[in-house]
Amino acid sequence: MGIPATLGAARGPLEVGVIAVDIRSKTFGGNAVLGPVSFSIAPGETVALVGPSGIGKSTLLRIVAGVDTQFRGTIARPGAMAMVFQDPTLLPWRSAMDNLRTVHRGLTRQAAARAMAETGLTGKEEMFPGQLSQGQRRRLALARAFAGQPELLIMDEPFVSLDAETAETMLALTENLIAHHRPATLFVTHAQNEAERLATRILTLVPGPEGAVLGTSCQRFRVREKHTAG
Amino acid sequence: MPTCRFIPVLSITGLLGVWITAALLTGDPRILPMPFDLVPGFVREISSGELPRHLGATLVRVLWAFVLAMGLGLALGLAMGRSPALNRWLDPWLVIFLNLPALVLIVLCYLWIGLNETAAILAVTLNKVPGVTTVIREGARALDPDLDAMAKVYRMSWYVRLRHVVLPQLAPFVIAAARSGVAVIWKIVLVVEFLGRSSGIGFQIHLYFQLFDVPMVMIYAFSFIAVMLLAEWVFLQPWERRVARWRWA
Repeated sequence: MGIPATLGAARGPLEVGVIAVDIRSKTFGGNAVLGPVSFSIAPGETVALVGPSGIGKSTLLRIVAGVDTQFRGTIARPGAMAMVFQDPTLLPWRSAMDNLRTVHRGLTRQAAARAMAETGLTGKEEMFPGQLSQGQRRRLALARAFAGQPELLIMDEPFVSLDAETAETMLALTENLIAHHRPATLFVTHAQNEAERLATRILTLVPGPEGAVLGTSCQRFRVREKHTAG
Repeated sequence: MPTCRFIPVLSITGLLGVWITAALLTGDPRILPMPFDLVPGFVREISSGELPRHLGATLVRVLWAFVLAMGLGLALGLAMGRSPALNRWLDPWLVIFLNLPALVLIVLCYLWIGLNETAAILAVTLNKVPGVTTVIREGARALDPDLDAMAKVYRMSWYVRLRHVVLPQLAPFVIAAARSGVAVIWKIVLVVEFLGRSSGIGFQIHLYFQLFDVPMVMIYAFSFIAVMLLAEWVFLQPWERRVARWRWA
């Protein structure tokens, strides 16, 4: 399966991927936010979405995730999806393990414990999110995302507002988890180094005449060995 | 400094002190008897079975009205808090019912339905539903949109979402509504019984009011206050501690 050399308003039919996005337009109160935006993501591919602040990256992500349904166009989504939000978005009244098992109803205690171990949270199973540090809460959000074996992982600036050391640790952890589970991944970031390190392709949202569109060229990166290893 | 545990006991002892002082100043046990003067009458009413019978009748009405008002108020408040369109339609109704005097609703229910249990419980329920709805609506408006988004992305069923995402966020509002609900409902039940029932604490208070028997009025009133305090300590406070335990962990 190839990756389109150009991405933008004018293109042929969408490729068959884990997700196929074909947005015609998105408006907020009469103001055009997104113009025609179409792309697909192949299994195992990691796509970074970059662009200036306020251009509509998070809006696009919310449409892709199915949170925002007020738009013109079509999205073909896979059955198993997961999302890592800017904030951990955990259930503070449930224990760490119950946060996983409440979201993924069929998840056994052993599988939940395994998912927590993968993110370095062994021994924290019965603690409430409020008892965990900021970094541990982010790890728990990652564990929740990967516990459901998602076909598509969506991340909205997952390392924002972390100190440099924690951000680096989380970046490495995310990199390993993606390499191990190999979901198709779409993530928004402002940091070029994050995009280049995690992504196999970078899409850029740029201003267009009727809302933001994807830039006419995209950066492609060599598929790193650890991404192809599994 | 007394430990927190004994503060409520000391507080009630203080209230008894005020009562005794007022009784001494009044000097007429027919107007305001001493607390211990009520004991023989209380024992007599208990042993005759009259007090338990009327207490039970009132308690059943309070429970019915409480369950109905909380259920309806929770559903309506949640729906109105989540749907601005529905809120625009129902808000004027809510304002009307909030400002409708309890007595008017009680009288109308008795006139339209008759002097029976259905009318009594419906009148109390209708009086309390707007209050519960208002509190729950505020809670529903304050629901975290990020948790809502998370529930959507992970495709949680409506039941799981309601139980694990929505209701825990609404818990402080539900507890506040329940606590004020119990306090208000039993007072309205007494008025309902006073006006149109032949059993219950309100009926007995009506009876002894006509006989100008202040001690008996106080015996029946305090008996039910004691039951309500017990409900607060045995059910409401432990429930509140349970749902909020994650905050103090």
